[in-house]
Amino acid sequence: MAIDAATVRKVARLARIRVEEDRLEGLAAELSGILAWIEQLNEVDTEGVAPMASTEAVSLPMREDVVTDGGDAAVILANAPKSDRGFFVVPKVVE
Amino acid sequence: MSELTHLTLKDALAGLKQRRFSAVELAQAHLDAIAAARALNAYVLETPEQALAMAAASDARLKAGEGGRLEGAALGIKDLFCTEGVRSTAGSRILGNFTPPYESTVTAKLWRDGAVMLGKLNMDEFAMGSSNETSAFGPVVNPWRSRGSNRPLTPGGSSGGSAAAVAADLALAATATDTGGSIRQPASFTGTVGIKPTYGRCSRWGIVAFASSLDQAGPLAKTVEDAAILLRSMSGHDPKDSTSLPSAVPDYPSFVGKSVKGLRIGVPKEYRAEGMPPEIETLWSDGVAWLKDAGCEVVEVSLPHTKYALPAYYIIAPAEASSNLARYDGMRYGLRVDGPTLTDTYEATRAAGFGDEVRRRVMIGAYVLSAGYYDAYYLKALKVRRRIADDFSAAFETADALLTPTAPSAAFGLGENTADPIAMYLNDIFTVTVNLAGLPGLSLPAGLDAQGLPLGLQLIGRAEDEATLFQLGGALEKAAAFRAKPAPWWRA
Repeated sequence: MAIDAATVRKVARLARIRVEEDRLEGLAAELSGILAWIEQLNEVDTEGVAPMASTEAVSLPMREDVVTDGGDAAVILANAPKSDRGFFVVPKVVE
Repeated sequence: MSELTHLTLKDALAGLKQRRFSAVELAQAHLDAIAAARALNAYVLETPEQALAMAAASDARLKAGEGGRLEGAALGIKDLFCTEGVRSTAGSRILGNFTPPYESTVTAKLWRDGAVMLGKLNMDEFAMGSSNETSAFGPVVNPWRSRGSNRPLTPGGSSGGSAAAVAADLALAATATDTGGSIRQPASFTGTVGIKPTYGRCSRWGIVAFASSLDQAGPLAKTVEDAAILLRSMSGHDPKDSTSLPSAVPDYPSFVGKSVKGLRIGVPKEYRAEGMPPEIETLWSDGVAWLKDAGCEVVEVSLPHTKYALPAYYIIAPAEASSNLARYDGMRYGLRVDGPTLTDTYEATRAAGFGDEVRRRVMIGAYVLSAGYYDAYYLKALKVRRRIADDFSAAFETADALLTPTAPSAAFGLGENTADPIAMYLNDIFTVTVNLAGLPGLSLPAGLDAQGLPLGLQLIGRAEDEATLFQLGGALEKAAAFRAKPAPWWRA
């Protein structure tokens, strides 16, 4: 399926990546080319085939529901672009 | 003592144990070689102080008659591994000067065994690339050059820094990761040995995530035995990774040199790719002949869905990446570009922080997972993935391991494939099937092409059967007698 500029704008929004207007057409062509190549998958008969999300047969292991670490606010904030008195500082979320 | 850098990992470990040289001397020889090889751009961060301190501690343990399996071994670490207190970037601007307050499980195991870190190695951004050209730090240059040419070549990707460092003797061995071929293709391009183990063999904890159902760590090394030594230390169950295999780790080095008599080698007919250089065909036939001479039985096998592996991969890997990379929002670590609203801040941060290839893949991932396309693309790809895994299961009914070329070409020129993403993706045509099926794959150098560039052969094994690959790899290595080294043109 060919992707047009409007779809690129929508996908960029979903991906939270700003794309300048003058780049939309170029990206549309690029992504369309990749998707056209991907569409050869339609040649494969997958009737009745179970989707494979993991190569492992084992089920997810469980552990005791107990606290294993924590209490490291200073360590966690050490890489923050902005922090203040033990908190991450982020742009205003609620108007 | 620059000749110390020419040692194999095995010989270096033996020399350290016999106190023929110290771990500090070994580390210093590598640090000097690294400082003289900046033209290769293999390291994005050199850590000489840490290397010498770790080496001094190794010397103290060795002197006391103690020391682990890798005591004093000077290693390079791909910058995808989080290293405590040492900047880790994944080759991306978006991580900025991120300095992890924790150590990845794999590197922690290496330090537990006494290894010494020389520095962090260059790579494609978030391991997305086959030529190292998507790195925010610029491409690594392959130590190898075509005969009579100065044209810079790619070392492959995404573990290009790891492969170049090992090929140029800037580390005894290195850690790497492989999501679609990122250990094996660089190994093939640089005349080094690399293995992607079975999915789950190495813990993914503390490795920056790209596509979590495909990502695996593994070693790049100078010999098959060196790769076995390093993988033994890197492997093992980790409760912090829910997909980590609970199985015991075999003593991999003990399989190198074992007889391969009676093993059945499958040759998949679908790997005769159109337009494959005749030298690769010849090398592949040589490999088959070498294993026959060593007593193996050779059988033809069929992997009918091979050609669909790359298109399926380019749905599954971007889908997982778009989800994994959602964490780079500029709030808790890394780059932040402020905008008037929260959403503007997200969008500006990610536009400034991600390179073109990462942006492309995140957008494809968002698209194939979006409402209305999920079934047609993502679910379809997961079904094709099952077909590919079933192909391997059928092949392993008549074969104990498979032999294929590693890559469809030798190293190509920097800039040669950057304009066409699909041409770049096709580099992984022989390696990506293994990731989709979760199997182990080993690449080793087997010959040179007409231009004097190395070419690799790939062995593919059953799940959890890296041991047979080391056994067969040892036999192939002996028969191929690959001794070529690149001329050190880069030395400053």
